[in-house]
Amino acid sequence: MPDFRGALNAALVGEMERDDKVVVLGEDVAVAGGVFKVTEGLVERFGPERVLDTPISELALAGAAFGGAAAGIRPIVEVMFGDFMPLLMDSLINQAAKYWFISEERHSIPLVFRSAVGAGGRFGPIHSQSPGTLLHNVPGIKVICPATPAAAESLLRAAIRDPNPVVFLEHKRLYTLKEDYEPAAAAEPGRLGQAIVRREGTDVTLVSIMKGVHDALEAADRLAERGVSAEVVDLQSLRPLDVDTVAASLAKTNRLVAIEEGPRTGGWAMGLLGALAATSLDEIEDVWALNTIDGPVPFSPPLEDADLPGADRIVESVAERVAA
Amino acid sequence: MKDSADELRRLLERMTSIRRFEEEIQRRFLKGDIPGTTHLCIGQEAVPVGVSSTLREGDLTAATYRGHGASLALGVDETALAAEMMGRATGVCGGRSGSMNVIDRGHGLLGCFGIVGGTIAAATGAALALRGSGNVAVAYFGDGTTNQGYFPECLNFAQVFKLPVLFVCEHNLYGEYTPWEDVTAGANLRARAEVYGIRADTADGNDVLAVRAAATEALEAVRAGQGPAFLECHTYRQVGHSRSDPAKYRPEGELEEWLAKDPLKKARAALGELGVTEEELDELDASMTEQTARCFAAASAAPYPEPAVLARVEEYCNA
Repeated sequence: MPDFRGALNAALVGEMERDDKVVVLGEDVAVAGGVFKVTEGLVERFGPERVLDTPISELALAGAAFGGAAAGIRPIVEVMFGDFMPLLMDSLINQAAKYWFISEERHSIPLVFRSAVGAGGRFGPIHSQSPGTLLHNVPGIKVICPATPAAAESLLRAAIRDPNPVVFLEHKRLYTLKEDYEPAAAAEPGRLGQAIVRREGTDVTLVSIMKGVHDALEAADRLAERGVSAEVVDLQSLRPLDVDTVAASLAKTNRLVAIEEGPRTGGWAMGLLGALAATSLDEIEDVWALNTIDGPVPFSPPLEDADLPGADRIVESVAERVAA
Repeated sequence: MKDSADELRRLLERMTSIRRFEEEIQRRFLKGDIPGTTHLCIGQEAVPVGVSSTLREGDLTAATYRGHGASLALGVDETALAAEMMGRATGVCGGRSGSMNVIDRGHGLLGCFGIVGGTIAAATGAALALRGSGNVAVAYFGDGTTNQGYFPECLNFAQVFKLPVLFVCEHNLYGEYTPWEDVTAGANLRARAEVYGIRADTADGNDVLAVRAAATEALEAVRAGQGPAFLECHTYRQVGHSRSDPAKYRPEGELEEWLAKDPLKKARAALGELGVTEEELDELDASMTEQTARCFAAASAAPYPEPAVLARVEEYCNA
């Protein structure tokens, strides 16, 4: 049964076979197969011209990916930890995200920045962040955040084929997640920017991404035992943000909680609630967000666990606000 | 003799056209015809003209925000460039870029980059795509850029992968308003490339033929797959950093010294020695002046883009 990293690897192999313009760049991605083992076997299969172990130079890496994409190749960059993402920002935000617009829509920048993100791995404040929200304010890029192996494969394939820059976030605590899925279906590129309903329900909508989707599903199981029917929506993408799918769920349940592994201020959860206020005010009985503290991710295991909005907190919060 | 005179004449024509363009931009800025800011390359024309004269179809150039000269040297249409400065629909980028970020792939212009060092990154990446093709990427940048993180990272990266890229340093003595030696340790920019094992040369950046010769030689090695090359061109910005800069920081006499070494004057003198008459050179000058006037007249008569485009852009960004 394929796990999340195997699904990502299948997407990379499939797309590299399909299009010889696709190249993989990053620190330790070739000979070592990536620190999270996602790129294992690629250099043996496609050679060092297409799978490059680069210096630890994120500015050069991002700049080269941008320039390479502008000049006709399709780079996939592995950014070892999402926390290194700020080093890439000039090439990503100032150049790659603007090129289509400035060139009067004549040229796009087809590149993917893949990155391992998220807390819960005891990596401390600067190897545990989720940088998606830093980027969802940047028009011209997509921010994709899959929750399951099948989604990881089909969305990564779509990201690689997309003509514009895509930031593809991989939650560290999902890499070993297994799923029995149909390989042929996952080989079809998914639609970027499409949320999906992972579980149907009628009393409350739980919205999240990546690891949070699994926490929400576990919470929904436990809420069912208490007589609360929870619907779970997996956004799969922070930009574009599929407000329509969420609004449709809210129209059914009238209550919604957005579960975000990250600080509240400027986060996607509060942004989503704002969007729903603008589109669906009449449908709202109650909406709220569960976040980490508005502070850095702690290292100490009990502190880190207390900071994460896991299934326990979701169940507790929903039980408190939704009368069964 | 005639061949070299014809060649130098063409180069002088290009440099003169850039000079007139920049002067006209400056004039119109002062009149309020052109919005925003701009960075003029008056005094530095020989560098892009010399380098571009050696480039081939399929090569890609990354120019700085002081990039009008590099753009025109590649053959970017002067009327369309003027229209871009004025934010018109007929501009090179439809009025979306303005002075600092022009892209014109039809003329091999990968882009002009508003962030110091952006050219180095873009050209290094373009060279990654151009590996083995016989084509090269060129990055222009100033002396100040050698203190930017992109410089060491990308030079190392380019050398490790033996990428076909020419790094052209337009050493004009100032990083914006600040003399380069006040903020640069080591005082040897070439050494900063040599330390990576990169081939490095220096040229008189005000002598278009010297630039051309140095670029030709460096690019021969780059095209042959020997990896990147670095070319330091000594030149001087005869105007301020941007339109709001009166350049009062120059020591007395410095500007005059460099005006005497003006690249257009140098080329004129060299053509005189090759037997071209003053009259012919004046004629060349007058015809470039007329051409610039025609281009700017056409550009300023062009329409502005329709605001309806914004909705389409948003739709695309959210699709």
